[in-house]
Amino acid sequence: MIKSEWFYWLIGAIFLIMAVQMLRDRTNPKRYGTAAFWGLLGVGFIYGTWVVQDKAPPEPLGVAVLVMAVLGGFKLTGKGVRNTTTPAERDASARRLGNRLFIPALTIPVVAVLCATVLKGQSLGGEPILEEGSETILGLGFGAIVALVIGMIILRERRVVTPINEGRSLLEAMGWAMLLPQMLATLGSLFSTAGVGEQVGRITESVLPSGQTYVAVAVYCIGMAVFTFVMGNAFAAFPVMTAAIGWPVLIQGAGGDPHVVLAVGMLAGFCGTLTTPMAANFNIVPATLLELKDQYGPIKAQIPTAIPLLACNIVIMAVFAF
Amino acid sequence: MIVLLGVAVVILGFALKQNPLLVVAVAGIVTGLLGGLSPLEVIAAFGDGFASSRSVTIFVITLPVIGLLERYGLQQQARNLIGKLTGLTTGRFLTLYLFIRQVTAALGLTNIGGPAQSVRPLVAPMAEGAAERRYGTLPERAREKVRSYSASADTVGVFFGEDIFIAIGSILLITGFVNTTYGTHLEPLSLALWAIPTAICAFVIHGYRMVSLDRWLARELDAAIAKRETAQ
Repeated sequence: MIKSEWFYWLIGAIFLIMAVQMLRDRTNPKRYGTAAFWGLLGVGFIYGTWVVQDKAPPEPLGVAVLVMAVLGGFKLTGKGVRNTTTPAERDASARRLGNRLFIPALTIPVVAVLCATVLKGQSLGGEPILEEGSETILGLGFGAIVALVIGMIILRERRVVTPINEGRSLLEAMGWAMLLPQMLATLGSLFSTAGVGEQVGRITESVLPSGQTYVAVAVYCIGMAVFTFVMGNAFAAFPVMTAAIGWPVLIQGAGGDPHVVLAVGMLAGFCGTLTTPMAANFNIVPATLLELKDQYGPIKAQIPTAIPLLACNIVIMAVFAF
Repeated sequence: MIVLLGVAVVILGFALKQNPLLVVAVAGIVTGLLGGLSPLEVIAAFGDGFASSRSVTIFVITLPVIGLLERYGLQQQARNLIGKLTGLTTGRFLTLYLFIRQVTAALGLTNIGGPAQSVRPLVAPMAEGAAERRYGTLPERAREKVRSYSASADTVGVFFGEDIFIAIGSILLITGFVNTTYGTHLEPLSLALWAIPTAICAFVIHGYRMVSLDRWLARELDAAIAKRETAQ
């Protein structure tokens, strides 16, 4: 059986190779901090396998994460001079290669889809080929590897170090933002252990007037969006708001159709996700990947859609659930 | 009430534009300690959280091949290709991408797009290329806006498409939570069906805004071009 952990090791190994390159890159004024950050990230990816299986203590990894946060947060990481082709060379190469350049790029989704549909559920010798529940992750991993092989053939690139160097430049440009989504996942779990959800639920209940169904619909939807904005994740907001309002008031009290209330309630939360820097993987990572000056560019592009869409969700729930 | 201080740290930290990594680390430590965890347990929580959330960083595996293709001119070729399709403006192209992203996500194919796989190498250069065909090199403000809108088309498309697919995480979370907490049985298919009205609204609203981007570009850049010509 092919396991998702193998791909985490591969990513960890890529980070470690890059860390060694960064350490030797004298064009980077902060090469020691940079190498330490990515080296710890690589070790963490591999060590994490045993943490999720409860075979290794999580505390050393926790210390490493906090060290990475300090390295990234106090700007102790940097980037070297990118060693790549000039725009003119790229234009010439694009003219020469034409649409063949798209073949490797499109290989990634094609392989990912094949893994998620055709290979999913297939077994070999009584064991599933792909680890159950990880088909999409594995598909992305396979897609990237197959695309790299096809790309090296089409481009006649013989040096394996070239894609590693190019990938490293992209990562160095993203910098500390790489770690933010995983830090936020941790914060979410700490919030729930400490009982932040129950508190928010209690506050919401106290502002809710009784007996007014449509007001309750609006409070549920807006509450989902606002709580998602704070937590960065609609999945964290959903159980809290549903236990406070969705189930007792809208479904049991007012007799709303649970399918409409819950499906639309979750989507109201997604409107909050569109607007929050806390959802770093959706909102901040794209800004760094696209090398935007304004980190909040994607959020600013999404807010004017999120607000009317939240209003639509309130109307849809009010009209169809009762 | 006191555990909400962690939330306050987050809001204050972001409002004061402190480094998000530090804000989140401090908020986590504050919340954990106020919530009654020992310092060692807080450190363990950071380790556990990192280990169990590694899947959000999996896109890194695509960066070497994307970087390699960019070295050989993938972004330039994406621009060249879109430059030939003269009817396709930036806004219309992004609306089309939004539609494709929603439909494929509704079929469960959420991984065919994403900031690393599709937006940086293909969608953003194509959106820029369509604008450049008309206006020449874009000033920074316009370039940032076109790139931000490209990212937003991807995100809105996947958010408001994926819930129509029954085996996606959010639908499973709804059924899992409600069925175990309240001892009832909800049909995933009915939940997925009720995601459709919002998906249509999302397409109409965001599509309209993508098309409005064309008008913004026209206003912004025609004025800039006119200014350049009078100055000459």
